[in-house]
Amino acid sequence: MATQVFALIPHAGGKADDAALELLNAAQTLFPGCAPTALVLGSGPSLGAVATEVAAAFPEVWSFNQESLAYPNAELIRPLLTKVLPAGAVVMLSHSTLGIDLGPGLSVKLGAAYLPDVVGVDGVEGSLVKVVRQEFAGQVSAHVQADASKGLVISFRPGSFAPATASAAGTVVDKSAEAAGLTARRRFLEVVQAEAGDVDITREDVLVSVGRGIGEQDNLSLVDELAEAMGATVCCSRPIVDAKWLDKGRQVGTSGQTVKPKIYLALGISGAFQHLGGLKGSPFIVAVNKNPKAPIFQAAQVGVVADLMELLPELTEQIQKAK
Amino acid sequence: MHALPFSPATASLAGVPARLLFLLIPLVGAACFAWMMVRRMAPLMKAAPDARFDNIGERTILVLKVWLAQWRHPRYMLAGVLHIVLFLGFLVLGLRSFQLIFLGFMEHFTLPGFGGELGVVYNIAKDYAATAVFLSVVVLAYRRGVVRPARYAVPKELGKDHTGEAILVLGLIGTLLLSESAFEGSLLAAGTHGTATPYTLAWGFQHLFSGLSIPALGRINVASYAIHDLTFFYFLCLLPMGKHFHVITSLFNVYFMRLKPGHVKPVKYGVDDKGLDELTSFGVKKIEDFTWKHQLDFYSCADCGRCSDNCPANRVKRPLSPRFISIKGRDHLYQRYPVFGTDKTEAEPLIGGIYSEDEIWSCTTCGACEEECPIGIEYIDKIVDLRRGMVDEGMVPQSLQKPLSALEKRGNPWGKLEKKRADWAAGVGEGFEVKLAEKGDEAETLYFVDSMTSYDDRMQKIAQATARILTKADVDFLALGKEEKDSGHEVRRYGEEMLFQSLKEQNTEAILETGAKRIVTSDPHAYNALKNDYAGLPPVEHVSEVIAAGVEKGKLKFSPLADPSKTYTYHDPCYLGRHNGMYDAPRVAIDAIPGLKRVEMAGACKDRSFCCGGGGLGLFYEPEEEQRMGVLRVNMAKEAGANVIITACPFCLTNMEDAIKVAGLEGQMEAIDLCELVDGQLQH
Amino acid sequence: MDILVCVKRVPDSAENEISVAAGGADISREDLVYAVNEWDNYAVEEAIQIVEREGGSVTVVALGDSEIEESVRREMAMGAEQGLMLVDGAFTGSDGLGVATILKAAVQKGSYDLVLTGAQADDGAAQVGGMLAALLDYPYASLVNRVEVAGKSLRIGREIEGGSQELNEIDTPCVLSIQTGINEPRYVGLRGIRKVASVEIPVLDAAALGVDAAAVGQAAAKVRRVDYFVPVAGAGAEMLTGSTKEVAAQLVELLKAKGGIN
Repeated sequence: MATQVFALIPHAGGKADDAALELLNAAQTLFPGCAPTALVLGSGPSLGAVATEVAAAFPEVWSFNQESLAYPNAELIRPLLTKVLPAGAVVMLSHSTLGIDLGPGLSVKLGAAYLPDVVGVDGVEGSLVKVVRQEFAGQVSAHVQADASKGLVISFRPGSFAPATASAAGTVVDKSAEAAGLTARRRFLEVVQAEAGDVDITREDVLVSVGRGIGEQDNLSLVDELAEAMGATVCCSRPIVDAKWLDKGRQVGTSGQTVKPKIYLALGISGAFQHLGGLKGSPFIVAVNKNPKAPIFQAAQVGVVADLMELLPELTEQIQKAK
Repeated sequence: MHALPFSPATASLAGVPARLLFLLIPLVGAACFAWMMVRRMAPLMKAAPDARFDNIGERTILVLKVWLAQWRHPRYMLAGVLHIVLFLGFLVLGLRSFQLIFLGFMEHFTLPGFGGELGVVYNIAKDYAATAVFLSVVVLAYRRGVVRPARYAVPKELGKDHTGEAILVLGLIGTLLLSESAFEGSLLAAGTHGTATPYTLAWGFQHLFSGLSIPALGRINVASYAIHDLTFFYFLCLLPMGKHFHVITSLFNVYFMRLKPGHVKPVKYGVDDKGLDELTSFGVKKIEDFTWKHQLDFYSCADCGRCSDNCPANRVKRPLSPRFISIKGRDHLYQRYPVFGTDKTEAEPLIGGIYSEDEIWSCTTCGACEEECPIGIEYIDKIVDLRRGMVDEGMVPQSLQKPLSALEKRGNPWGKLEKKRADWAAGVGEGFEVKLAEKGDEAETLYFVDSMTSYDDRMQKIAQATARILTKADVDFLALGKEEKDSGHEVRRYGEEMLFQSLKEQNTEAILETGAKRIVTSDPHAYNALKNDYAGLPPVEHVSEVIAAGVEKGKLKFSPLADPSKTYTYHDPCYLGRHNGMYDAPRVAIDAIPGLKRVEMAGACKDRSFCCGGGGLGLFYEPEEEQRMGVLRVNMAKEAGANVIITACPFCLTNMEDAIKVAGLEGQMEAIDLCELVDGQLQH
Repeated sequence: MDILVCVKRVPDSAENEISVAAGGADISREDLVYAVNEWDNYAVEEAIQIVEREGGSVTVVALGDSEIEESVRREMAMGAEQGLMLVDGAFTGSDGLGVATILKAAVQKGSYDLVLTGAQADDGAAQVGGMLAALLDYPYASLVNRVEVAGKSLRIGREIEGGSQELNEIDTPCVLSIQTGINEPRYVGLRGIRKVASVEIPVLDAAALGVDAAAVGQAAAKVRRVDYFVPVAGAGAEMLTGSTKEVAAQLVELLKAKGGIN
């Protein structure tokens, strides 16, 4: 399938996001030999730096520098891409909150098929693109295929592809003029930052993370004692924050904080991708969970199937003795 | 009859015959009081119906026991004895007071039958009564004003302290006693009317007044009479305005009190289960939705605080104090239906008004409050009715919505698969078979396991131990398996009546289909539900009764404990103990084990047992509290000198085991279920 | 404000263990309990709350077979004034775009100021709302966690990375996909459901909607699921065994070695 592949590059603060190289890898895996074009949208002088950085990975970069694009508003990006992309194009997105906002409507406007939140690719057969998705909160996987003869919008789960090595000497094409006069019926106002909370877990090296498996709120005291004995910081998964047992600043995950610790103790955490998505780098992960089939045991280096209520006090006591 | 040297009926004040005044005061007083009583009855006439006119014999006995004999009062010994003196004194003096009213305008008046010997005896009795009551009043005032027991305290957010009201009333009672005794004493001092009963107030006044001239005594006589008359009617009209309304209402409140513990009132008396769909509104949302008995309860609260003092939720500082459920309810009724003024007609929702959602969800229905109340005030039905109202309006905390939804869909609060309900049966052990209805088996006895014991990893051991005990005791039994649904005991008590009815229907059908002639369960909540909430089932027993019966017949043999050094204590589960009066069977079962040393948690056992924290849906609710109930309980066990707590309920066991960890008592305290203990020692 | 909320009947993931049926063509459906998709339930609660503040009505619509009636009724028991069911054999096997096409016809049959969907459903695609908006040419916002009516526009918040909130102003009519946690859905008991048991719910088929059967359904689907499978587990973690004391001791050694104890 000879087709033009485009990748929408997320960026912030003058730097491209890790997703850029992941998308490159995805493009090269799905369409070997293709020459993907990177799409860089934004505003201001720092956009040039992003374009240049991306040009070291992608053979061609289309840059759109307009004030209206200062904040990535899917309602503006969609009509722009609809206008500038050729028929039958393949558009690759990161399945971020922007990708979720942009992708479905974009596929409709382009008349293309839509494959969201892809975690793996099987290949292309004629105009059929075959991928792997997950359903039912990750409990099962599915082989899915899309008829891409009229084009395809495909979004990838962040982290599902390793970053490709950047080895290109791409050209940057300034298409800013095409983006002039964009208006939309949804207007960005501002971003309200999540509360900082009392501690910045993103800076910590040793984290003790607690999930739904801890049972009741009162049991958190056992986790606090362990963390104190270890000299570590407590963090958690989303259900703990939803229940208001810890504040939002302690949540690790795609809708919470991104952490890069050396050691990560996952207690009573199942290991859903939304949580692991917040864990970057290569921490030494120790997982404790009552369920031997919990997905966390795939991600961890060391695992224990145990009842937290029994293990935690014992562990805390032995650590205190060892110090 | 002697001629009296003076009397109120013959006195004159500034030329006007005093008898006119002393006729006027009672007439005005009585009229005012009658008006107030009519006004106080007003909301009761509009309230929901209540079925309290049955069982006249049983109710009469309760009146004699709880009201007349003040049976519950000595549970707080000092205050109880003082109140008994006060109460009996009141009864005795009541006749005197009645006589006194007439003496105001009839010079010679005695009550019919009190003319001769009886009258003499009575006079002596009343003098001692007045003296005893007076002494009690002094002690009571000291307690209120100086000692200030904690249970009388009023939290800041609930308004002013009630000590002023208490002291005022004690002052009025004291005034009545002193004035009556002065009236009597002045007459005695005149020398013509007989002798004083020695060492009584009247005797004291007689000596105080001796030597005064007759006219002076006459003036004292009229004055003390007037003070008594005015004080009496003032006090009478004060009664319906506050906590002393119980003086009038307690007799009725006790007569109409709950006969059957463990039961929950129907959504509406007079509407049976089939008619529930027709009701436009469920539960209590405004005060007029309560039944007349519950409104009478509000009127009758004596503000003694014994309920809250024993309430486990209150002890761990959840936002619930039963005493204030009554006081706030009473004040709300007074405000909406004032004695002088017009009734409020606009509906005022109670939740978000005088009560908060968390306040009502905090109750574990343990029944300690109802067990304690000397006036027979009920709380559980009110809490359940308020919860029914909240459920009807969709006001259910998110933490309870999931288990309720799971109960509806899967018949258990965790949403686990029905087909796994009998998985525990596979682990009973070599040589033990568990018959299951789902396999088509049949047996005489049905072992109803209920959700906690079926699905929880730890509690499955109770089911397995029970199965072994029943086998060793030669009981032919089966379990329902996947046809069994949650008994719905807490579903009902948390206000989801229709879901309860649905579970009840399904379980009843499954149980009757087995043809079993008797039901045994190891779960007190299931026991209470099947025995008291369900109808048309074969007789229900708790497994401890089966064991106790076997012990008493000599059929069960026990091996001595391997480790006799431990000290055991038995924690009475609320739904075996208070709600079903089963205190002895578990103790017989435990004491049958040779070498077992058992202690009681003195003052906190049997009907004063302290709730573990609650079961069923209560496990899912996230209360605001300073401490867990279970932690307080395990510390009580420790203080009693025990290092093992025996429970007979899966919820008690889970709460105790968690509490041991949270309290940091691992290694010092352990918890074990009665069935596990017995099974360990029972010989085959 | 007249609001249409699209709901989907899905296996309740909290109360089911999802496994692949033999052959992989579908998940094993015996023993499954179904519920209204959790995100959609938040959307219905939000719609009811908006109407309680601003006036108007809430209509709940579902697409499927006769089983969807219980889902629509449950949302009506919550407080939605009207229900609507879209049932036709021709709809079976539709992909996301097919579903959006059918829903578009339902939207155009009425006149709604606002259309809500849940942010995602059991397949995690999070697509129907966005596609519906594009087909209708309405503005769209996904992952909405706050809605405030301001005249003919809405002030909305979207949940974005890091838990921050992106505030936008969006013109009506528009489509919003709702994120969990936006509100606390009220409880619907058995009683509430019985109260709406006899309310009439209109059912529309392809013809009544004016949907071309050839444009939806399996044959027209551009995206097709080939099968379900469970990926072969990798080596995974090194599992520690032994008594609690022994395991704890091993963990202490490991943590010390890796610098986890300070």
